[in-house]
Amino acid sequence: MEYIFIVISAVLVNNVVLAQFLGICPFLGVSGKINTSLGMGIAVMFVMSLANLATYLIQHFILEAFHIEFMQTITFIFVIAFLVQVVEIILKKVVPPLYQALGIYLPLITTNCAVLGTALLAVQKDYNLLMSVVYAASIAVGFTLALVLLAGIREQLNLTDVPKGVKGFPISLITAGLLALAFMGFSGIVK
Amino acid sequence: MNMGNLKFFTNGLIKENPTFVFVLGACPTLAVTTAAINGLGMGAATTFVLVFSNLIIALLKNYIPDKVRIAAFIVVIATFVTIVDLVMKAYTPDLYKALGIFIPLIVVNCIILGRAEAFAQRNKVWPAVLDGLGMGLGFTLAITLLASVREILGNGTIFNYPLVGENASTILVFILPPGAFVTYGLLIAVFNRLKLKLNI
Repeated sequence: MEYIFIVISAVLVNNVVLAQFLGICPFLGVSGKINTSLGMGIAVMFVMSLANLATYLIQHFILEAFHIEFMQTITFIFVIAFLVQVVEIILKKVVPPLYQALGIYLPLITTNCAVLGTALLAVQKDYNLLMSVVYAASIAVGFTLALVLLAGIREQLNLTDVPKGVKGFPISLITAGLLALAFMGFSGIVK
Repeated sequence: MNMGNLKFFTNGLIKENPTFVFVLGACPTLAVTTAAINGLGMGAATTFVLVFSNLIIALLKNYIPDKVRIAAFIVVIATFVTIVDLVMKAYTPDLYKALGIFIPLIVVNCIILGRAEAFAQRNKVWPAVLDGLGMGLGFTLAITLLASVREILGNGTIFNYPLVGENASTILVFILPPGAFVTYGLLIAVFNRLKLKLNI
């Protein structure tokens, strides 16, 4: 039951992009087409789950064991950057087709604040290992959902006559605002 | 200071404003701007990290191997973020609580890594510091403006100073997540319009 709450909360109620404002850069940057949004979403899910697994172990067996919690920010970001590189190398060797599909999105993920943010939030919420990974995967699903929804709308917007002043970023942000308004309808399902 | 150096400083304020022109660092821009004081605090913290990481990276640029430069930059940035994190925890506990997870997340603010990559590693120390200061102030001004608009419309106050009567109804949606997106979008539109009209 607890796991179902985590999933619903992360995907719909506290959507990572639309309610928590994490990962806005890729949200605005790669939401031009539905296909690229899906690719980015899958890459994020992959890295985020691995990152939460790694940071959980580091937090509990290194940082807390040696009482050096203040090193959290430095170690976490370093681990994430390292992980992204490793994932890139392994995918390139082992599953070339997947690498071809995700390749260009992987380097971008290091600076996706949703990955670091999710790792930090999972520590703050005191999740156990499995919960932490489930949480990361659900956050990534929520991220993909928001990305694909915005991409769908933006594909339509390209065909519309938008006033000159709000072309580009402004209209994307206003659209995202309306999406966020719609997602507020989910609030109250779980806390 | 001669006029040439001054240009590095003013660049980030309007012409290459990181928030309104490049839409960098959008996560904290949207997340912490529910009250003007939070925007100002976030801006100050980011400016501190930006100035010192630019300084250190400009000093070390000849010693950092090109292949691992991004990792090296991130370690420098993360060091200063940790300093800010500990200082704010000790001296401004309320602000620390309000900004929450977005303080450690200054590490992945793309403005900072962007300036390190695009400016600090190619320039001398003094211009790099000025560039950091200008970009930081540009960011601070922009998010404080955004936060002020949201606080006035959504809460009827500015820097916690009440502008309307106690029972007056305010437009609550502006301090909720949708208000952040819409206000930011409209402010960029206004900024673009003004920039075009005043030709700067």
